[in-house]
Amino acid sequence: MKRLINLRPSRSTGILLGLLPFVVLLVVYLAGSQARLADNPNDKLLPAFSSLGDAVERMALEPSKRSGDILLWTDTAASLQRLGLGVGISALIGLVFGVALGTVPYLRAGLSPLVSSLSLIPPLALLPILFIVFGLGELSKVVLIVFGVAPFIIRDLQQRAQELPAELLVKAQTLGASTWQIILRVVVPQLLPRLLDAVRLSLGAAWLFLIAAEAIAATDGLGYRIFLVRRYLAMDVVLPYVVWITLLAYLTDLLLRIASRRAFRWYHQLNGEGN
Amino acid sequence: MPVTTPRTAHWARFFTLFAGVLLASSLFSGAALAKDKFRVAWSIYVGWMPWGYGEQAGIVKKWGDKYGIDIEVVQINDYIESINQYTAGAFDACVMTNMDALTIPAAGGVDSTALIVGDFSNGNDGIVLKDKSTLADIKGQSVNLVELSVSHYLLARALDSIGASEQDLTVVNTSDADMVAAYASPDVTAVVTWNPLLSEILAMPNANKVFDSSRIPGEIIDMLVVNSDTLKANPKLGKALTGAWFEIMATMSKDDAAGIAARTEMAKASGTDMAGYDAQLATTKMFYNAADAVAFTQSADLVQTMAHVAKFSFDHGLLGEGAADAGFIGMAFPGGKTLGDGANTKLRFDATYMQLAADGKL
Repeated sequence: MKRLINLRPSRSTGILLGLLPFVVLLVVYLAGSQARLADNPNDKLLPAFSSLGDAVERMALEPSKRSGDILLWTDTAASLQRLGLGVGISALIGLVFGVALGTVPYLRAGLSPLVSSLSLIPPLALLPILFIVFGLGELSKVVLIVFGVAPFIIRDLQQRAQELPAELLVKAQTLGASTWQIILRVVVPQLLPRLLDAVRLSLGAAWLFLIAAEAIAATDGLGYRIFLVRRYLAMDVVLPYVVWITLLAYLTDLLLRIASRRAFRWYHQLNGEGN
Repeated sequence: MPVTTPRTAHWARFFTLFAGVLLASSLFSGAALAKDKFRVAWSIYVGWMPWGYGEQAGIVKKWGDKYGIDIEVVQINDYIESINQYTAGAFDACVMTNMDALTIPAAGGVDSTALIVGDFSNGNDGIVLKDKSTLADIKGQSVNLVELSVSHYLLARALDSIGASEQDLTVVNTSDADMVAAYASPDVTAVVTWNPLLSEILAMPNANKVFDSSRIPGEIIDMLVVNSDTLKANPKLGKALTGAWFEIMATMSKDDAAGIAARTEMAKASGTDMAGYDAQLATTKMFYNAADAVAFTQSADLVQTMAHVAKFSFDHGLLGEGAADAGFIGMAFPGGKTLGDGANTKLRFDATYMQLAADGKL
């Protein structure tokens, strides 16, 4: 039947259509940039691609005059370390508590309301408190990410654990498994791929909290640099940094997806994703 | 099989066109022309509160009407954002310090004129050490401040005065909104900040002010900056703004009922009370008198100050990568004095309009 919802683009048309918005954005940017530069050759708001290129070269290849470090890499390393620690700790907390709350009704009754309440606190509202308690160093940045991400992962994994088919648990019990054995041999293996899913979903929030923490107090990091050079409108540095962060976020997501497919093939087959 | 029907293609075309026009129109800057509607941006700070009051009390409108123009005074919550907006062309005038005027609009190629020199910080910015009492103790510490701001400049000048340099300490960029909370945390031992944060921090135990802007008087200046091309094409704008400003100055400087009412309004708008606002005014050298502002702008000291500011800005890369030396951006002062590259003059100190106010010719 000829309806819009039934018309499907071919593979190549699909790719072209997907690229189109990017091309439109680029053209609009170029036009805007050229118009502003024609007006004022020193304009900083929409720098030309050549000055963006210069800035990338300066930040990513040349050592800084002041510290001798190559800024893009020190910033990236600092940010990824904070992000990795924050998300890693959150995943660990999420797994431990998610499994415990999802399988042991007594623990669930005792702790679930607390976790639910904690997950409702907007983490950015806690920032001033975190600063006073944990100081302005690395710790408070990591804690902010953990606060923002861990409750979500806990709740998600708890839900997933409760959704495990009861037959599975009954079967393990008829085979004589204890609670501890069921957790280790049934629940945890079942939940690991779901943990990766939850981590992937929470990465966006983790980046948000990372940039927010770095904007407020830091000596390096991707968010620090963006908020620092914003002070003198250095869009030639800000724009490449934003693109770089987007790329990093995309790559982390891709890596997690590939890792999940490699390690838990059964899970993806179960979900009908094929190989 | 067609990919889209003609009707949807039409809509798609319309939509891309519409979005394109929308985006483009927000990105292209308008050229400076004679016009009769102007936008002025201001943000909360002791020396700029008069703008909010002038708008609210109708003084700005009165002076606009006198010269037949319409002036919209807009409060922006984020100081840097307001300067960025001005630099991008969204405003015709904006309040800012002398250093930010050099490093943001002027370095961004927007020829800017300091139309009104409103005040200079005379103790409103300070360096605070926890448990230590002399400036030399700052060596080896981590110092929390808004990097590349006037606080950073104050620190550099303070270090100059004891023959130290930034290599002797670690600068930690800290948002001004979180400065007071930061000072309360145990690992923060040194901060550089401005009022009202400064007085709040000094009220905490073991806080010692070891240096403040009264030691470098006249170097941190708060001004109203106007786009030079706009001002040239519209002298009425300069006259109306200057006239309004010095009328507000005359009102607020008196201790009569009107003056107290004005200062109370300004205090309320800046989130404090009359006593708190007067305390901030005490560490701010306001030019209530147009003649004083003119004398300050014409003095040779201002040239010297801007030379310091240009050097600091160049050392910290604020003049842009194209800058070969501190004189990359030219500055012009009253009486034909100049600084830096005359062919690239982007910041002008102009006493003409303040002189008109002093002579009562507005």
